[in-house]
Amino acid sequence: MKLEYFYFPDCPSHAEGLTRLKKVLAEKGLNPEIEITCVNSDEQAQDLDFIGSPTILVDGRDVDPQGRKGQSHALACRIYRLEDGRYSPLPSEQMIRKALERAVADRPVEQQNNEGGI
Amino acid sequence: MSKLNLGDQIIDFNLPATDAGTYSPESFRDKIALAVIFSCVHCPYVKAWEDRLIDLGKQYQSKGLDMVLICSNDAVKYPADNFENMTGHAREKQYPFPFLHDESQAVARAYGAERTPEVFLFDYERKLVYRGAPDDNYEDPGAVKQEYLRDAIEAVLEGEPVPTPQTPPVGCTIKWK
Repeated sequence: MKLEYFYFPDCPSHAEGLTRLKKVLAEKGLNPEIEITCVNSDEQAQDLDFIGSPTILVDGRDVDPQGRKGQSHALACRIYRLEDGRYSPLPSEQMIRKALERAVADRPVEQQNNEGGI
Repeated sequence: MSKLNLGDQIIDFNLPATDAGTYSPESFRDKIALAVIFSCVHCPYVKAWEDRLIDLGKQYQSKGLDMVLICSNDAVKYPADNFENMTGHAREKQYPFPFLHDESQAVARAYGAERTPEVFLFDYERKLVYRGAPDDNYEDPGAVKQEYLRDAIEAVLEGEPVPTPQTPPVGCTIKWK
């Protein structure tokens, strides 16, 4: 499983976001390496199609694919719409959980068995 | 961090609002307390706290509080924060307070504001009595343990000292030109 964590250092919750991601990974019994990228220029945001901090990709897919729709690259904090309709600068644990489950389900059975967890 | 320190007198401003008016601290002279809050449209921290600020504004308006929101962000880099979008947002959220545009960013610089949202609460003499975040949990209103702004407002309205006069502001950085 490929996990990527992109953040803009001006947004104060990026450490909390990473902690949240690690918590859900531990809960699922997963321990993949997390590729962490600090995005701090407009050019970098454009190159990476970074739409706000933090952004988490699991096997290249955004943990909040709906929230990504219609967004263009921005050196800014990202808005997540939570399950109950509230806004947050972080994805919910549930969003991360679903994204991990989706990624594992999309993999061949042999690979799922090798990775364990979920 | 700050240009405006606790106990300092309010710094004057004269800014256009989304309701087509122009406001200065003098516009609120009859109120016991005045909360000046640096805010914007695009920031998720603002969105997360916004309904709570609206509720506070409504709840304490009749008790002697006025609130004013100021957007100082560079609207060229962040078009969501331009005056047109501010106006639409204030209308959509039915802001019970004026939403002012600090296009030159002079007011934010004078106050030493750094984040959105960032609260500056002034007492009847218009001295700064609270500066910082609205409360201690931007994400979950149900998990708030410290209602910094509400407690400060209550204290000012009752003529008591503010229990926690300063907290670190939490939010997006102000987008400077």
